[in-house]
Amino acid sequence: MERDTNFVLGVFDDEDVLLHAVEEVRSSGVKIHEVYSPYPVHGLEHVLGYKRSRLPIAAFLFGMLGTSLALTMQFYMMRFDWPMIIGGKDYAAFPDFIPVTFEMTVLLAAFGMVGVFMISSNLKPWAQPRIFDVRSTDDKHIMAIDIANNSAMDLAKIEEILKSSGATEVNKKSFE
Amino acid sequence: MAHDAQHYNLDQKFEFKASTMKSIMTVLVIGAILLGIGIVMAIFGGHHEEGAEAGAHAFHWYERLYANLWINNVYFTGIAIVGVFFFAIQYAAQAGWSAPIVRVMLSFGNWLPYAAVLMIATFFLANHDLFHWTHSYLFDKASPEYDKIIDGKGAFFYWPMAKGTFPVFYIARMVLFFGFWVFFFNKLKKLSYAEDTLGGSTSWYKIRSMSAYFIIFFAVSSSISAWDWVMSIDTHWFSTLFGWYVFSSWFVAGLSAMTLLTIFLKGEGYLEMINENHIHDLGKFVFGFTIFWTYLWFSQFLLIYYANIPEESVYFIERLSSDVYGPFIFVNIGMNFVLPFLVLMTRDAKRHGVFLKLVCSLIIAGHWVDFFLMVQPGTLGHNGGVGFMEVGMFLVYGSAVALVVLGGLAKGNLIPKNHPMLEESYHHHI
Repeated sequence: MERDTNFVLGVFDDEDVLLHAVEEVRSSGVKIHEVYSPYPVHGLEHVLGYKRSRLPIAAFLFGMLGTSLALTMQFYMMRFDWPMIIGGKDYAAFPDFIPVTFEMTVLLAAFGMVGVFMISSNLKPWAQPRIFDVRSTDDKHIMAIDIANNSAMDLAKIEEILKSSGATEVNKKSFE
Repeated sequence: MAHDAQHYNLDQKFEFKASTMKSIMTVLVIGAILLGIGIVMAIFGGHHEEGAEAGAHAFHWYERLYANLWINNVYFTGIAIVGVFFFAIQYAAQAGWSAPIVRVMLSFGNWLPYAAVLMIATFFLANHDLFHWTHSYLFDKASPEYDKIIDGKGAFFYWPMAKGTFPVFYIARMVLFFGFWVFFFNKLKKLSYAEDTLGGSTSWYKIRSMSAYFIIFFAVSSSISAWDWVMSIDTHWFSTLFGWYVFSSWFVAGLSAMTLLTIFLKGEGYLEMINENHIHDLGKFVFGFTIFWTYLWFSQFLLIYYANIPEESVYFIERLSSDVYGPFIFVNIGMNFVLPFLVLMTRDAKRHGVFLKLVCSLIIAGHWVDFFLMVQPGTLGHNGGVGFMEVGMFLVYGSAVALVVLGGLAKGNLIPKNHPMLEESYHHHI
């Protein structure tokens, strides 16, 4: 897959300005690649028009997997593999299984969710992140616009839209 | 963005419409009729059981009536005090999101004075029929009925009087708890309504410190009242978790009642500034504390089941191996855990009134079943069960509480218009 290499960056000082700018830029027909900010900006994913995350579904499925694994494991061990009478209960004493089942459910839901999140966000240890502007880790919000993706629009026009919507700087960034 | 909240009518008052009152009265009358049928059936139908048990005292129909009174007394007292408690939590935690609905929470406290009178009256009315420990022969060493274990616990009820006479300590606690609860409720209500005329943040700070005192008092009193009013029915038995268990049952039922009332008011066109974000928060509380209740219920059960010490496991044997109560253990878990857990799990379900209305009604009925299982096996034994009398009494109490709560809510402004965090609540977004 060919990676997009040329970007226009809008630099914003203030999150309120940023939120309005995102709305303006999107309504003028420019497609935003991504917005980078030093901290979570409330409502940003909403103005960017992101769909709701499907991570909870993964969490639920992994949780169910944990529940079934735990119950199967304990039932097999206690009933078939190595039956033991503990405290005068039946071999397969269901209430005894609940704490382990609960823990396994939580464990697999959490691990599964973290794993799915890392895979879907490309957070593998050897991944090379593209730094658009180092100041996005400090005090600036960076709005990245992919030039190739907005070929219908004039570059000067995009820069003008960014300026007029409150960007303090408009830069270009190219990746190898 | 100054003062967006001002777009809304902050001076609105809840108008207790005749039509609303009529529907509640209808439920009350239906409940009363069912109760009447239940009583008649118990008077004429209950005799065949009597001869079966040699040595045990004969069962009278009115014992079941008393047990029902007691179940609903304890249950609705809990819902009422949890309303005040949740109000206090909002202030102690300096919560902003809930500012427009704090008075909806507080309004449940209006039931407290009635609950106090009913509770004390029922105790004196039912006495020996509900509470085994009220029999004086249990404390008489010469008597063949002498009970060493209850004698050891006697001081908790009778101090400073002689055991088996008049339960001074017990009654004193009951009066003290209700007294302080009603005192704190009135004080908080007064401060909250004074804020409407005074403005500023002084009222808020006063309510906050009063809330902190109340929470400390409630932490102790809720536990002790659970031992007194519920655990003392099974006098020999004890569980160190019982206070929390009863509290969690009260809390989740109270939260459900508050959520239902908020959705009802919203549906009637009040509380315009409450949107699905606020409803979502209420839904999360209901969902979370449903699991909290299950956690406590199961912790209590698992330890007793696993250790299998006879004086502890008798509590569950009495319930699980009974034809009358056995199925209700599972009904209890189904209504209070499985269904709310599955239905409210998604975000959408917590944001939409339809699901919440369904689940909250289910939980309110479900936790009645929980209290039914705490009270009836120890008082009525195999003579109990869910029949016309139980359903009728629940409906009568429920509608009486609704009348009192809505009546109290109609007396003042619905929204604390000078609450310093109203603006924050308006912008609440999750």
